[in-house]
Amino acid sequence: MAIQANSIAADSNAQAALAFLPELKRLAQFIQNAKQDIAAIHPKAINTDHIPLANDELDAVVGATEAATNKIMDVCDDITRIAEAVPPEFKERLINCTTQIYEACNFQDITGQRITKVVAVLKHIDGKVGALLAALGDELGPVKIADNAMTPPTAPDSAAGLLNGPQLPGQGVDQDHIDRLLEKH
Amino acid sequence: MAVNMEMNILIVDDYKTMLRIIENLLKQLGFKNVIQAIDGTTALSVLRERPIGLVISDWNMAPMTGLDLLKEVRADRALKSLPFIMVTAESKTENIIAAKTAGVNNYIVKPFNAETLKQKIVAVIGAF
Repeated sequence: MAIQANSIAADSNAQAALAFLPELKRLAQFIQNAKQDIAAIHPKAINTDHIPLANDELDAVVGATEAATNKIMDVCDDITRIAEAVPPEFKERLINCTTQIYEACNFQDITGQRITKVVAVLKHIDGKVGALLAALGDELGPVKIADNAMTPPTAPDSAAGLLNGPQLPGQGVDQDHIDRLLEKH
Repeated sequence: MAVNMEMNILIVDDYKTMLRIIENLLKQLGFKNVIQAIDGTTALSVLRERPIGLVISDWNMAPMTGLDLLKEVRADRALKSLPFIMVTAESKTENIIAAKTAGVNNYIVKPFNAETLKQKIVAVIGAF
């Protein structure tokens, strides 16, 4: 009696499994198609070519703006020295001009910090793509995965939660708001 | 009491161009002696070796941030009363509150102009 009951249960399980078979085949085909689609766009190039190139380009932007900013300030220093040798009314105007140029040179720090944030995002994408390639297996070729590939980017030190860099226009707070906050607290 | 325009002012920033900008603006304001440091650790060494009348520091630096530098200064018996202005691109409300809680005397958000720099220095050390 017990043997017969077990046999019936086994048949029932086998039928249920067979019912899922077409669905499993469709799922397998879907995964295979996805792998082929991903392979067709040469994802390894994202790790090996595109992101390293983007990093190099951004480094070059930072280097070029720094060099240009230093050159601009060198000239400002020259103008300041020249201002010492001209009549007072011209001296004041020249100094005002150089002050405005120094103020404008703030841009190099701000853009540098923004680019650093972009580089951190690129590194994160690099890691994610590497992890995806590894998960897809051999047909996309061997892939070396960084140890921190699945770890979100974090700021480097103890003040991590407070290091966000420059905010986009309309975000963050302005100097007037900061002054009010300082008075209040 | 008159502000001593000969006092040492320590400026701290990991961007050399920003150090140069702040130094030039301070010199245009009439301050004669400006000392530069490239990060918080270097700044702390300078503070413990030389008499400094005012610190103007960036926040986002490694290995020691401006906030950590401020906390070290406030925890040091010899330095705890030192006027300290933060000049940073960090402009979230929680940043300003954290800096104030740590004992900052004033806070300037980048980009800033010479007038703002002067106003905040005056607010901290008096008119000059």
